[in-house]
Formats: sequence, structure tokens, C-alpha cells
Amino acid sequence: MKVKQISVFMENQVGRLAEMTGSLGQAGINIMALTVAESTDFGVVRMIVNDFEKARKILKEKNFTVRETEVLAIEIADQPGSLASVLKTFSENKLNVEYMYAFVGRREGAIMVFRFDDPDQALKALKGTKVKVLSNEEVLALTK
Amino acid sequence: MIWSKEESLPRKELEELQLAKLKAVCRRVYDRVPFYKKKFDELGIKPGHIKSLGEIRNLPFTVKDDLRDNYPYGMFATPMNEVVRVHASSGTTGKPTVVGYTRKDIDTWSDLIARCLASAGAHKGDIIHNAYGYGLFTGGLGFHYGAEKLGATVIPVSGGNTQRQILIMKDFGSTVLTCTPSYALYLADVAAEQGVDIKKLKLRVGIHGAEPWSERMRDEIEKRVGIDALDIYGLSEVIGPGVSCECIETKHGLHVYEDHFLVEVIDPESGATVAPGEQGELVFTTLSKEAFPLIRYRTKDLSRLDTEPCKCGRTCHRMSRITGRTDDMLIIRGVNVFPSQIEHVLLNIEGLEPHYMIIVDRKGALDELEVQVEVSDKIFSDQMKKLDQLRDKLEYDLKDFLGVNAKVTLVEPKTIQRSEGKAKRVTDKRKL
Repeated sequence: MKVKQISVFMENQVGRLAEMTGSLGQAGINIMALTVAESTDFGVVRMIVNDFEKARKILKEKNFTVRETEVLAIEIADQPGSLASVLKTFSENKLNVEYMYAFVGRREGAIMVFRFDDPDQALKALKGTKVKVLSNEEVLALTK
Repeated sequence: MIWSKEESLPRKELEELQLAKLKAVCRRVYDRVPFYKKKFDELGIKPGHIKSLGEIRNLPFTVKDDLRDNYPYGMFATPMNEVVRVHASSGTTGKPTVVGYTRKDIDTWSDLIARCLASAGAHKGDIIHNAYGYGLFTGGLGFHYGAEKLGATVIPVSGGNTQRQILIMKDFGSTVLTCTPSYALYLADVAAEQGVDIKKLKLRVGIHGAEPWSERMRDEIEKRVGIDALDIYGLSEVIGPGVSCECIETKHGLHVYEDHFLVEVIDPESGATVAPGEQGELVFTTLSKEAFPLIRYRTKDLSRLDTEPCKCGRTCHRMSRITGRTDDMLIIRGVNVFPSQIEHVLLNIEGLEPHYMIIVDRKGALDELEVQVEVSDKIFSDQMKKLDQLRDKLEYDLKDFLGVNAKVTLVEPKTIQRSEGKAKRVTDKRKL
């Protein structure tokens, strides 16, 4: 139920992002979700890819600093109010969202990536709710 | 004006005085400082044996590490209840270098600064704007006591609060400026920003030290601040500022106060005395200090001696401006910073690999310090706030430990050059 996200440290310089995504593209890796958090001198790129281990290997070979983080992929209805409703469920269960971003692909609803401080605790809390947490297989199926 | 008659003693008399004092200080350290007794015994030297100044070459050197090994008071030659002041300066690692003064030492030091002020043409009735930092640093209090000895009026502004300093300079009518050379230019910048023409104020002369500076910089200070700008030299281990100073008559070479300090210039590799006039490392033996006497202290500062008579009438020899260091110590805004200190702070952070580069630059008047650190997998986080916290912690720890502000920039791995042998850790972009 937890999805592996790969984050990459990047200096805030013209061309770095192109170089990094280029390396992934050349290796045939598909980026399914991506967000860039920026600061003055550097940025953190977070991605969900279709082959985590291969992506990590390629990026390490190119001397990038990478990290693996467990996140949750959650499907929500693609209509007004659905995100607010899911966030309300989180707060009722005292779950804090560190950051979130959206998937490129979709199923019936829209798919959002959520980073919680403790993903296991979040999973446990969400079990009794109506929130649809996708499994790894369901996520990988999006890439077909 | 010449403050003390010792500054213009005939050479023969000066050298006789030096020899008598050298014998006395050797006696003193042998009897009271275990470190020196051990060194002298190892070399088979007895204080009573010294018969000429040339024999100083037989005496052992003292280096900064010796002070560190005897931290804090192991090198003191008087009981602590006779030490009325301690000062400290940066050490190469965690511990600062501690120095001490008896009442008489403070008097000697004040007298030396009075000499420096007098050689700059300062006198009773002058209003001295002392912008050297007050505290453990020897600059502030050193100049303060010297100015009072001279009989002038001293304004203890210390460093910082520059806008207020301009106001004070204007309203209090400061006539003499004592501060680092870069701060003198900074004062000129800030004054201009405030619409004050610093050249029209009553400032007449400045005495600048605590960091290296060039003739080009002197020209700039004199032009922009409208004063004569003189160089002063010193180091806390030897006494603080006041070891040597330029005279306003020539502004060419700093007169070493040889009745208090025996100066040598050595080849840093071999330790042998260089030929007269050649460049080498300055070595000082203190002839008057009671609490913290030092024998042949290697300063790591490079200079050369000029024995030509000076038209000011002083007979004590002049040393050139400091032309460089034999080690990697940096002076940033008047503060000594060792790259090893920075490494010490970085290694305290778990997971941080010591791949860093120190970049020193001076875009306006003041020095800027930047430390670039590579982000390895171990310290990388997916959360921006954790990286910001890491950077903030490093900046805080560096400021706390070094005493100067440093900007920390996180960079990608392998972007900092690797080298075979000793890594190049410092890029100094300043053109002094």
C-alpha cells in the first residue's frame, strides 16, 4: 500500500533538471508523478517512476544525491470538494500532510500522492475510512 | 612625535638593553614555566649561559600548538592572582589561545599603544574613535588603554552599529580613527549612504590593523575617508596590537618596538635566520612581559626587515607590511579563521562528509565568507524543511564557533574538486 518515491537533490541551475530527466528518459524510465520544491540555491525533485530501482541506479551513476521515501497514492473523485473531504478525514485522524502532488495518469478518479510523517500510522488510521489508498500494483498499472 | 626615548636609542645601547632583558626573561621562563624548563634542559641550555644576542639562535622556538597543549594557563609565568586580565584568540581547532597580563604588563601594553598613537601624530586633546571590537579580542581594550595613557579622549564604540557610528563621529568630533582597514572603507560607504561627506568631518588620521591590507587599499582609504592611514601590527600571543607601527613621517615600514620585542626573520622550512632584508617568517621573543613571556614565538606571518635609518628619528628597525602567511589561516573582518575550525563544525553533524569549500570574497568593503557543503545521500531529505534546518544549523554553529557570519550553500555531490594529497579547501577571491 506504500509507494516508493524517489527524491533528487538539485542545484538551482539552468539545465540540471533537463539533464536529470534526460538520463531517466534515455534509460526508458517513465515518470508517473513529479513535483519540484525550490529554495534559493537548490531544489528537491520528487518523483514516482515505473521502475524505482533502475531509476536509482541510473541517477547514482550520474552522481546525483537520491533518497527513497514511502508515500501513499490515494484516488479521489474528480469533482469539487473531494480533495477537501479527504483532507478533512486526515485531520479527523490527526494525520499531518507534509506535502502532496498529483499523478499524470488517472483511473476513474484523480490520483494524489501524499507524504505523511509516518506512512504506517496513516495507513492504519485510514483503514476504517472511505479513503481509497491504491496498492503498488494498482499504481504500476497506470503506466500501461 | 616620539612617545618613549627607547624608540630612538643608539643601536648599541638598545642592543645592550635587549641582551640584559633577554637574560632576565630566559631566567624567568626557566624558573617558572615547566614547558620552557623542559625544552631548555633537553637542549642543554642554562639561562646564565647566554652571553650575546646572536645566541638566541640556540634557544627553542615556540609554536601555537605549544600554547594549545598547555591550555589554558600552562604557559603563564605568574600565579593567577597576579593576572589582572586574560584575552583569547582563535585556535586551530576547538580551543582558543589564551593569554594573560599582570598589572605591569597592562601598563607596558598601554605604553606601546601610546607610542603607536603618537607616531601617527595623535596627542592629548585628540578624540579617538575606537571601532576595534571590545571583548576577548585584544584590539578594542588594547587601543582603549593606550589612548587613555596618551591622555586623549577615547570613544569606546567597538564594532557594529555603523549608522550610529557615523552620527557619533560627526557629533562627537572624532579626530583619530582606530579600526580594521576594511571597516574604514565600510564607514565611508555607510556615511555616503546617509548623505554625510566623511572627508568633511574632523577625522585626521587612522591606525589600521588586525588584517592584511595593501598600498592600494591605503590609497583608497586616504582618498575616501580623507585621513592619513597607518598600518599597525601585533598578535595576542606577543601582546596584542602594538608590536610595531608605521610613523606618519614616512608611512613606509612598521617600527618594531625592539626594547620590548626581539625580532627575528627565519626561513619557515629550515628555521635558519634569513639574510638581512630577505623575506621570511617573523619570530618574536618578549623581553618585558611578566605573565605570558614567550621565547622565539613563530608567528607564521611573512615579512622582511629594513634596517635603513628612518627620517622620523626612531632607531628601531622597520618590518614591511605582512606579505602572507605560512599556513592556511584566513583573516575575515579582522577575525582569525582556520579552515580546520570549519571542518570541526561540519564533522559534528552526523552523516555530513567533509567535502566542503570555503569561499572568501569582498564585494563591497567587508569580507564575506561562504562555505559550500556537498549533500550526500546520508544527509539528504525529501523534505525541504529538513534541508533548510540543516543549513540553518550549520550557519548557527559556524557563527557561534568562529565568531564570524558564514553563508552555507548546499551543493551537489562531486562538484567540489577532489585532489590528490592535501585537498584545496579555500578559494580566496579577494584582491587586497
